[in-house]
Amino acid sequence: MGKLLIFMENQREVGGEGQEPKDEYECSKPLHLMAPVWNRDTRGIHGLSKAVAPEGSRRKGRSLLQFLADHFYDVQALREYLLRKQVLKVHQKNRPFTHIKERFGPHAAGAYFILKQGGAVKFQGKEWIRPNTRGRFSLDFLTFPEVPVEAVDASGSAINYHGLDNLLALKELQSLWLRRCPHVDDWCLSRLHPLANSLQELSLAGCPRISERGLACLHHLQNLRRLDISDLPAVSNPGLTQILVEEMLPNCEVLGADWTQGLGLGPEEQSQDAASPIPA
Amino acid sequence: MLRRALQLALGRAVFGRGLGTHRGGSTLDWNGKMSEIKKKIQSVLPGGAWTQLHDTSYLPPEHSDVVIVGGGVMGLSVAYWLKRLERPRGAIRVLVVERDHTYSQASTVLSVGGIRQQFSVPENIQLSLFSIDFLRNINEYLAVVDDPPLDIQFNPSGYLLLASEKGAAVLESNVRVQRQEGAKVCLMSPEQLRNKFPWINPEGVALASYGMEHEGWFDPWSLLQGLRRKVQSMGVLFCQGEVTRFVSSSSHAETPSGEEVTLKRVHEVHVKIDHSLEYQPVECAIVINAAGAWSGQIAELAGVGKGPPGTLQGTKLPVEPRKRYVYLWNCPQGPGLETPFVIDASGAYFRREGLGNNYLGGCSPTEEEEPDPENLEVDHEFFQDKVWPPLAQRVPAFESLKVRSAWAGYYDYNTFDQNGVVGPHPLVVNMYFATGFSGHGLQQAPAVGRAVAEMVLHGNFQTINLSPFLFNRFHLGEKVHEHNII
Repeated sequence: MGKLLIFMENQREVGGEGQEPKDEYECSKPLHLMAPVWNRDTRGIHGLSKAVAPEGSRRKGRSLLQFLADHFYDVQALREYLLRKQVLKVHQKNRPFTHIKERFGPHAAGAYFILKQGGAVKFQGKEWIRPNTRGRFSLDFLTFPEVPVEAVDASGSAINYHGLDNLLALKELQSLWLRRCPHVDDWCLSRLHPLANSLQELSLAGCPRISERGLACLHHLQNLRRLDISDLPAVSNPGLTQILVEEMLPNCEVLGADWTQGLGLGPEEQSQDAASPIPA
Repeated sequence: MLRRALQLALGRAVFGRGLGTHRGGSTLDWNGKMSEIKKKIQSVLPGGAWTQLHDTSYLPPEHSDVVIVGGGVMGLSVAYWLKRLERPRGAIRVLVVERDHTYSQASTVLSVGGIRQQFSVPENIQLSLFSIDFLRNINEYLAVVDDPPLDIQFNPSGYLLLASEKGAAVLESNVRVQRQEGAKVCLMSPEQLRNKFPWINPEGVALASYGMEHEGWFDPWSLLQGLRRKVQSMGVLFCQGEVTRFVSSSSHAETPSGEEVTLKRVHEVHVKIDHSLEYQPVECAIVINAAGAWSGQIAELAGVGKGPPGTLQGTKLPVEPRKRYVYLWNCPQGPGLETPFVIDASGAYFRREGLGNNYLGGCSPTEEEEPDPENLEVDHEFFQDKVWPPLAQRVPAFESLKVRSAWAGYYDYNTFDQNGVVGPHPLVVNMYFATGFSGHGLQQAPAVGRAVAEMVLHGNFQTINLSPFLFNRFHLGEKVHEHNII
């Protein structure tokens, strides 16, 4: 039991890599606890075979945990507790920095939040500020609290619905990049309407939870000029969605799927594949 | 040929009269008998479902602390919150009795699935606000380890309520109340409406209110399945059967003014199994009436309303089933992706469905035109006469459309004031209601479930105060009138 605990703790830190996605919107599953990682130790022939066929052993490992959780209330409670802790971790990352907001204003608070997440910020008239590889960043921007934030690059960060509070106070934000953010979903998109006056560029490429239902509420952003909706795995029909979004935002350049994606082959292409001579 | 006929006749005689056919017994051959014996041995061995006499796993348990009548979204929500708020863990045994496990007539799955905060009663707004919070964090509330996360397919497109000259003042005051409670609603004039939604014809519209956030529509079936899965993992028992009888005891008490009142307490619930006369008496401490459109019948079984009219004993539960139609049509030139859930001043409503220019819509009939709730047959004439003309006038693109399908569902209609009934009955002391929401039950279910669980476990409402929705108001005549019912 103790060994099991250690394994599960390790798995949590690793971040649940190596999970097979069950559905399209599960590219990163923060809510799943994966099987213990004993299949990583390749001790002897048996260990090697497990390394060669990781899928089978992973399933066996998962079913052992499942078996234990089904039969022992303690194991079930422990797994639920670990699940909740994962969720709380994301919430902790998205907490609001009210003390900075009161002291230095909304722009500084928003910038501090983004930099803390690992993103990058660009103030009006200044260069991009990024944290270095250790996660440290300079706090110079606190010296000019009136300068508005012009562009935010929160790609890959753990920003979620609550974390957007910090961004919505940036009234002069022109460019927002939310590429590959695992917790940005349709609900977050419905919150972006306060930025309608200033936002001109929005990039949502690669976010696993965004679907066409969230894209429907982007029509508030009438000043948008560039929208990137490529590579959204949860969108059911990318070509049709592209057309509908282009109709919804006539002044905006929408990058995303090609509208021909998903259409069937035309008659010329079909006859070429068949390699039969076309009667002249 | 004669010989064959003789042989047949003889054969029948030998086996028919001679050996005395074993009437009513098993007439299986050798293979059948072997499989029967094997099944019996398997059930006797440990792990099999063996009872002394016969297999009763389809029957509900004989004792249960709480029996919830009705397994729709309201009943499951009450079960979830009871299990979540109980202290210590595992203290309460909850049984959910649902008559139809396919949910073919349940209001939950036939609903259009909208959720809005644009109500006039503050309690309704608070209920919707909590429910949308619940839906947004549904994977934290309803997470089951090892199961995939839930996707309720929420469309955050908002609601658009249109008001004519007559209703404009009411709409404005409603919006003020909504903003006070924390809803994000904005008012729009006809010109703004035309700019924002060019496909609307704003003629006749004096004012419009548009919900920007926390409003939209979702898939009720996935919410139901998610609740069911979570509730089963929390240890709630399910039974498929119909409640046919309540066995209760009465006691007499005197009010401070000297009047005699009869207090009733339900002790047993008789659950009858489908397609059989067999029933199981379930001893229970608390009964929760979440039977939706049939709550009135369940309340009558428990003795609610048996008394001289005008008294508290004689006040029935005024919830009855009302049939409502929903039509699905296709209009290739119709409004685009940004279409909110539009509710016209005339009462007709529509919303988009999916990417393919399909639209769902309907209209509530007036009191005189109420259809017979005997069955769920659809009246297509109703669409032609009552739904299409106002919608085509409001959205000119709808002049050419093609109806693809239609269905009907029940509202658990509260004939008194079209708002829910929540809380205990004053005389049948251990029956709690969670019904009567008249078309907006789905969107308030998570919050109402929590309120009822608080009432059962703590004796009062702790988070949202739903005392205006108690049963007493029917006797006292205090209507909680909701203006924005569709």
